[in-house]
Amino acid sequence: MAAVFERDEIDVEPFIHGEEATPEFEAANIAQDRRRGLLIALPAYLYLLVFFAIPLLTVVVYSFATRDRFGGADLTSFNLDSYVELNDQLIRTIILRSAGLAILTTLICLVVSYPFAYYMATRSETARNVMLVFVMIPFWTNFLVRNYAWYVILGTDGPLSRVAEFLGFGPTRVLFTQSAVVLGLVYGFLPFMILPLYASIERIDGRLIEASRDLYANGLQSFRHVLWPLSLPGVIAGSILVFIPSLGAYVTPQILGGTGTSMLGSYIVTQFLTARNLPFGAAMSTVLMVFMLAATIIYFRKGGRTL
Amino acid sequence: MTEAGVAHVDVEEVATTVDAVAIRGVTKRFGSGDGEVVAVDDIDLSIADGEFFAMLGPSGCGKTTTLRMIAGLEFPTSGSLKIFGDEVGTLPPNKRPVNTVFQNYALFPHMTVLDNVSFGLRMQGVDKATASGRASELIDLVQLSGMEKRKPSQLSGGQQQRVALARALVNRPKVLLLDEPLGALDLKLRQEMQLELKSLQRDLGVSFVFVTHDQEEALTMSDRIAVMHDGRLLQVGSAEELYERPANRFVADFIGQTNLIEATVADGDMIVLGNGSKVLAPSDYAAGTPVAMSLRPEAISIGTRGSVPAEHQADSLDGVVSTAVYLGHALDYHVSVDWIDLEVRAPAVGSRGRFQPGDEVSVWWDRSSNWVVAD
Repeated sequence: MAAVFERDEIDVEPFIHGEEATPEFEAANIAQDRRRGLLIALPAYLYLLVFFAIPLLTVVVYSFATRDRFGGADLTSFNLDSYVELNDQLIRTIILRSAGLAILTTLICLVVSYPFAYYMATRSETARNVMLVFVMIPFWTNFLVRNYAWYVILGTDGPLSRVAEFLGFGPTRVLFTQSAVVLGLVYGFLPFMILPLYASIERIDGRLIEASRDLYANGLQSFRHVLWPLSLPGVIAGSILVFIPSLGAYVTPQILGGTGTSMLGSYIVTQFLTARNLPFGAAMSTVLMVFMLAATIIYFRKGGRTL
Repeated sequence: MTEAGVAHVDVEEVATTVDAVAIRGVTKRFGSGDGEVVAVDDIDLSIADGEFFAMLGPSGCGKTTTLRMIAGLEFPTSGSLKIFGDEVGTLPPNKRPVNTVFQNYALFPHMTVLDNVSFGLRMQGVDKATASGRASELIDLVQLSGMEKRKPSQLSGGQQQRVALARALVNRPKVLLLDEPLGALDLKLRQEMQLELKSLQRDLGVSFVFVTHDQEEALTMSDRIAVMHDGRLLQVGSAEELYERPANRFVADFIGQTNLIEATVADGDMIVLGNGSKVLAPSDYAAGTPVAMSLRPEAISIGTRGSVPAEHQADSLDGVVSTAVYLGHALDYHVSVDWIDLEVRAPAVGSRGRFQPGDEVSVWWDRSSNWVVAD
């Protein structure tokens, strides 16, 4: 055996001075891998750059510009005027209303989804898959079309009003109220609550619930001390996934809401298209985006990891 | 532990006339229609106070379902289930004076060891300080002091198993239920825990109902063992009873190793073996009943052909050694007798010679060591 290790028989030179062992070579190798990866990802990068990063940056730049006399933006004079304008009674009302409606939407979604997600997570494999498909079915129809469906249902002569009239409540008009907006938002974003909740509840070991019951917890205590804390990642993820689009919702409040129920999204659109105050609309958009970014970071920190 | 002054009570002393658990005619069905499964089929079972009781059987035999019915995690489809005389049939688990050590422990992953152990007390409304104090005592008892602040994921399997034990025992249950509690541990740790569980049970004087598929575990630890198969209770008895006087073919085969020699009951106390020879083997079965004679490998003696002692002539067979395996403490032979294959275990020391495959031998057994079983 000893002979095998004699210097004459094994040429150790390449292992010491060869390319394989040097840190430089390893670094070059990694760099090459990176270049190859970049090439594969290039179409996606270009797409995101042209259609996402540049427009986003444009909005941010416009938010610091000055409104010119023709409803455009003067890109030669930059200031914080638009941000200062945000501190206005009307804007505060709209922000509070939007936040309020978004919070209400999120809470209703949570209360409606949690029992359903729990039910779904505790059924057989087949039943779960069927229910998952049912949760996804609304996505097969365009969001705009579904909102117009609610427009018809909730309208003055719509089915809801007729049923109410038939039952003796008189003609009812839900359309153009805040209730209609919340109804539409809940309907639209419910799946975004159900799916993360289901995913996190499904992963909880059922024996933990049994163990808590065996240790004298009643149903409510078992929920409070075991099921709820363990499903919290799903609750956080679902809440953010519903809250963020609700806060910036445009289509639903536009179709189902009235003039008195203007939300942030609609107001921003008005600034761009009707009021022609581009810097102000851009400033509002930027603030909203920063807020949503913060919420998303919380989501990835707290819930996203286990999703 | 007894010498150390820990309260030690004899099982007989605390045994009362009321059974810790009394199961009468309990059946449990799952599903309905064609998919209906009878998990537990009309069983009767009494577990005494202070008893270490094992439920043993292959997977799917209904032992775990029975345990879960005692815990209140399943409700019987029919029958009566009493704990210390109180009917508990459909009481939820939190209303029963029993606690469970779950398979794979089911520790709450988001709570510390201390919170896990004090959980049961807190749910019963015990204030935080008192609950923590008693939980700490139990953590000491299972030798986990210093681990109070850890999460279950930071513990080894053996430590998790101790936390599960402490979490159940802190509530001072009248009956402790254990569902394959040692299944996830490696062999050495399992053997240690077997002894610890046994001494813990003796010190506490509480009934332990223990579910396992490992017969050695059941035989080592239990006062009595119930053998279940296909939802039916086949036999309840001490380790000796199950081993030496199995109630039927399944129990004989399941507990330890045995040779089952097909036979038919003849007149008197005789049975006729497959080769037509008559053997004295008393049983209660009627003449003509197909039975099997159970002969444990270690109850069979082996010697050169024709060396059978005169008194065993009637209980002997001639054969040829087909395999011989050296086990250290014993030699394991397979002997081909003309119509069957017999396993024979001869002690390595003191046997009458060693045999090689192909050797012509005779085997015989003591008349008292055979046992007749039917299906």
